[in-house]
Amino acid sequence: MIAFDFEYYKPATIAEAVRLFSQADADGKEPLYYGGGTEIISIARLDQLHTGAVIDIKGIPECNRLEFQNNQLVVGAAITLTHLETSGLFPLLGETVRDTADHTNRNKITVGGNLCGKFIYREALLPFLLADSQVVLANEKGIRRISIHQVFNGEPRLEKGDLLLQILTDSRYIQLPFATIKKTKLEKIDYPIVRVAGLKTNEGVRTAFSGVSVIPFRSLQIEDLLNNSSVSLEQRIENVISSWPVPILSDIFASEQYRKFVLHNTLSDIMTAFERVSV
Amino acid sequence: MIANGTGKCEIQVLVNGERRNVTIRSADTLLRVLREQLGLTGAKEGCENGDCGACTVLVDQLPIKSCMMLAIEALGTTITTIEGLHDTPIQRAFIDKFAFQCGFCTPGFIMVCHSLASLYPNASEETITEWLQSNICRCTSYQEIRAAIESVIAQS
Repeated sequence: MIAFDFEYYKPATIAEAVRLFSQADADGKEPLYYGGGTEIISIARLDQLHTGAVIDIKGIPECNRLEFQNNQLVVGAAITLTHLETSGLFPLLGETVRDTADHTNRNKITVGGNLCGKFIYREALLPFLLADSQVVLANEKGIRRISIHQVFNGEPRLEKGDLLLQILTDSRYIQLPFATIKKTKLEKIDYPIVRVAGLKTNEGVRTAFSGVSVIPFRSLQIEDLLNNSSVSLEQRIENVISSWPVPILSDIFASEQYRKFVLHNTLSDIMTAFERVSV
Repeated sequence: MIANGTGKCEIQVLVNGERRNVTIRSADTLLRVLREQLGLTGAKEGCENGDCGACTVLVDQLPIKSCMMLAIEALGTTITTIEGLHDTPIQRAFIDKFAFQCGFCTPGFIMVCHSLASLYPNASEETITEWLQSNICRCTSYQEIRAAIESVIAQS
């Protein structure tokens, strides 16, 4: 059970949600926006999270949209991972979230919760990084639309009170050749020790990573190294790993050396597969 | 809906076709409320961490781990627990295929399988595997459980 009490609100509009957050924050309640709630509930039960108020976003219409509009795919922050997968609207995203958690939990986990949560993996983020998506954020000052790289590439850099409403993705990226591979220690349902998502564009292969380091990310430097066709694939991958921009994790799931080994093989598989595919 | 964080509030939930009144804290999980206030102890407290699936119920026909859902989120939804299933094909199949030993995980598995068979009557092997991976059985009745759901899918 969750041993502490908190207030629960389920606003019907963006303005109400932002107002409630602001008021609760002013009252010292350390409010949290609440999507699927799986992370909040599991961490709160362990007494590793405290809040005086949660603001459930599932009642906000904008957060529940999943549709194409003006050549963009609109994904509301309250859309569940199961809904993303079964919609088939963004195949790379659907395949990536398909082995994030188990099926029943995916009925509850939302894409907004996965992007904004405290867990380091945030696997649903990777396709959006590859597609240079934009995020729609709301706070007391209003609604703004910015590149996902500004707030989510690496450590989340949301401002206090920011509510993630939607992720917008240009439709031209959605049907491009893609690959997404997740490697776990043993079980199929587990956190990744290496997750690589790739997208093949006219300019080359884009890649994004989760589980290798403490942050999920996409790096243009890595892509330059991977796409340097003047060098053998083997050497390119070696260059990528030796130039890794953030420390590689070493934990109970895998050592740094083992992660490098798995990363090497995964990149090899992905790049080899892409070489057989034209855009 | 606003709940007073320092106290409790009464809400009405629709469980197994009946409207029931419960008095809850905002922080109460659906699992706790089902078991402790409604006497619906079919959903089990296994891990209370969203891992084992023993607490699985249906929320608007989809399996949800009730330990991972606040009771207050149940407002406006339709909840089905194992107690709400009566002589369904999957329950008969579990008996026919000897798909349980101690029975602790069984309600959770039956809820998942019932939802699967209802929503995807032609589910593929892959889909069955994907859904069943949400639940754990320590007595290792996995093969029998799979046989049970496969027999229901085959009949449909």
